[in-house]
Amino acid sequence: MNLRLKIQDSKLKNLSLFTIAFSLFTANNAHAMHLAEGILPLTWSLIWYAIAIPFVLYGIWRIKVISKHDLSFKPLVGLLAAVVFIISCMPVPVPTAGTCSHPTGIGITAVILGPAISALVAAVALFIQALFLAHGGISTLGANIVSMGVMGSLAGYITFKLFRSIRMNLMISGFFAGLFADWATYLMTSVELAAGIRGEAPFLPLLTQIIIAFAPTQIPLGILEGAMTAGVVMLLYKKRPDLLVKMMVIRPSEVKA
Amino acid sequence: MKINVKNKRLFLLVFFLLFAIHFSLFTDVNASEKWQGVDESVIEKFAKEHGIEPKEPLINTDQGDLLLFVFLIAGVAGGFIAGYYWRELINYKDRNIEKAYLRSKKL
Repeated sequence: MNLRLKIQDSKLKNLSLFTIAFSLFTANNAHAMHLAEGILPLTWSLIWYAIAIPFVLYGIWRIKVISKHDLSFKPLVGLLAAVVFIISCMPVPVPTAGTCSHPTGIGITAVILGPAISALVAAVALFIQALFLAHGGISTLGANIVSMGVMGSLAGYITFKLFRSIRMNLMISGFFAGLFADWATYLMTSVELAAGIRGEAPFLPLLTQIIIAFAPTQIPLGILEGAMTAGVVMLLYKKRPDLLVKMMVIRPSEVKA
Repeated sequence: MKINVKNKRLFLLVFFLLFAIHFSLFTDVNASEKWQGVDESVIEKFAKEHGIEPKEPLINTDQGDLLLFVFLIAGVAGGFIAGYYWRELINYKDRNIEKAYLRSKKL
């Protein structure tokens, strides 16, 4: 009985510390990188919605299929969705640029849950942020899902699989997955912005200007994102390697006895 | 060298001091522009140059300290959800250990 109380007490302490730490980190003004309300013309908003919706629907279908056979899958999705939501609300000051931006956390979900469910997780996080946190916008939600949820997830997932296929270790693969997921998100945001605002101006020079403007902030932030992704993947590997095997992140032979 | 609690605290203190000094000295940005989000410094800047102004959000919480409050609520809610599922997933081993212990004691 005593042991039970001790375990519950330590769990409560862990949970409280976790919550306090996250609340402190997220209590700040919105320094978003997402496209704000009204930035894109209606035509472009609809195009990005049309691209995003199939990925989100496929993500919903994937969750239904996997959670039928695996009871621990929904808690895993819940955990990672909360993590992505928190991380993508967290403004990080970048001293090299003197600006703030936030990591996306999308590399983590791309590696562990796959790109389709990752796109769905991003869509949910972005929707809540657009609605209540003045972070992004409803008209630009489709574009933001495409950049963070679709492009970020695909870049993270493909990078991770490529690195793993050449037998790179888990930590390095996770790091580069996070790095490229972050950079791909900002690259896609730049494409969406340049396409939406250019009017009669040529596309490529404007795109280059936007990418150059993002670079001083996003290059260091991508490295942070890579470190965070590697950290979460390694933490799960240490604590629940069976989950990573189930999600085909690692091979069964890689689990230490 | 063995790292004891005192050394750890000293290490943390030095780390945070260096971090603070780095932030206060090594930025050459004007106070008015300091720590602007990239939404303002990049996205809105380029949009304005092309004659586009961002619109007010559907539910505008960016008023005074209201946004701080909403962010705090979001952080707490997100933190609790993450903590809850983390416990569900990770501490399951503790429950197994506890059950094994109780079985061994025939409780």
